[in-house]
Amino acid sequence: MITIKNLSKRFNNNLVLNKLNLQISAGQTCVIIGRSGCGKSVLLKSIIGLLKPDAGEVFVNDKDVAKLGERELNTLRFKVSMVFQGGALFDSMNVAENVGFSLSEHTAISDKELLGRVEESLVLVGLGGIGDLMPSELSGGMKKRVALARAICIRPEIILYDEPTTGIDPITADSINELIRSLHDKLKVTSVVVTHDMKSAYHIADKIAMMYQGKIISEGKPQEIQETKDPVVFQFINGLAKGPITEALGTSK
Amino acid sequence: MLNQFFVDLGRKAIALMYFVGGLAHLTGQTVYLSFKPPYKYERIVEQAKKAGYDSFPIVALVALFIGFIFALQTAYFMQRIVSEIYIASLVALSIVRELGPVITALVVAGRVGASNTAELGSMQVTEQIDALETLATNPVKYLVVPRFVALSVMLPVLTIFADIIGILGSYFICVVKLGVTSSMYMHVTFTSLLYKDLFTGLFKAWIFGMVIALVSCYEGFNVEGGATGVGKATTRSVVFSFIMVIAADCLFTALFYFILP
Repeated sequence: MITIKNLSKRFNNNLVLNKLNLQISAGQTCVIIGRSGCGKSVLLKSIIGLLKPDAGEVFVNDKDVAKLGERELNTLRFKVSMVFQGGALFDSMNVAENVGFSLSEHTAISDKELLGRVEESLVLVGLGGIGDLMPSELSGGMKKRVALARAICIRPEIILYDEPTTGIDPITADSINELIRSLHDKLKVTSVVVTHDMKSAYHIADKIAMMYQGKIISEGKPQEIQETKDPVVFQFINGLAKGPITEALGTSK
Repeated sequence: MLNQFFVDLGRKAIALMYFVGGLAHLTGQTVYLSFKPPYKYERIVEQAKKAGYDSFPIVALVALFIGFIFALQTAYFMQRIVSEIYIASLVALSIVRELGPVITALVVAGRVGASNTAELGSMQVTEQIDALETLATNPVKYLVVPRFVALSVMLPVLTIFADIIGILGSYFICVVKLGVTSSMYMHVTFTSLLYKDLFTGLFKAWIFGMVIALVSCYEGFNVEGGATGVGKATTRSVVFSFIMVIAADCLFTALFYFILP
């Protein structure tokens, strides 16, 4: 479903993605782990066509995303949704308008149907009846759930999550994990989740891929990653201050 | 020392080229998308209200004061040569051809342009603009086109009001303070004004409206960093808008001087 081949992306002198390869099958929940700033979000933005690669290809449903015209890209974006780290809800709109944005902008759906779809999506994320609230009235966890409701309102085939549990308390984080898992089961979507929260990764992943120095250096089932012998992966998943990652940066002291 | 000077100069030249190139690209996209359906009139009306209706009180107040000041400053000399009546024609021509559009543009750049940059800049740093794209919506079509159309329509409209109010301000000073009769003031005002004076003023206002919309949206889209970045971009937006309004005014004044003498 998603195939990434030799993807490279540079910002000024910083090579963020370096010939990265990854394959994600239909219906799979793939969690991409790695240190902050290692290029995980850049990878997600490349999958949905927000960033053009310097080299390499990203295929979604066998279509090379970088080569799609505006119309084809917009068609693809009806199949791929993204949940941003901070929610990225539109401040000027209420929750219902945010959730129903895509449908009201791009389809001829009636107001009644639209409200039904919005409420249905909000109920799926456990926030039924809050359509009239403004984003400024929501807590961090609620914003992430509303962003998730906005993502699922168009019934996508693929959902990309950028740090879904960052910046929220552990209980809310766990409920978000449950939500990702249940949406995966109910809607049969393919999910790509970027995180450095290992608890979350083990909870939701069918496959975990570790990103380091712009490449995927290890991938496998959660059990396989937990039992890894790779020193880089071992240091990261166990949250150790000393190890090859920090030695390479000269920050182990 | 000298080396560093040239390095800094080179960097500034490159930044200027990026700005000019980026602005030209945004202008092309905006003009193209303005004519491309679907047309969302309600967003244009919403922006027109913000840019026009909400700006009216401040534009009216500034225009009134400009009318007062201009009449008093002109009277200082005109009284010496006993030609107070010509204040009416001087004020009318200056306001309609020059001060009306320029003052309106500067007020709108400070009020609406700054607000556009701050709003779009905040959307940029909170990834709302990226979110728009992922929701299959072109951010230029959704955010820039309504502001562009609204400002290019509302600036000439505000300018008409600024012209009228500025002339009324001068009328008040001349009639109440300088003893010019009301009918004489109006007669001199209307006989000195030609249609081309009104046209040149409104044409410039239309250009200024587009300039303010494009500069403010460009700066908003290119915000980097957090709140500090938004602040810096807002300042840049107002400064560049001021400079570009004055530069465009200079260009078109010269152009009209030669093609509509």
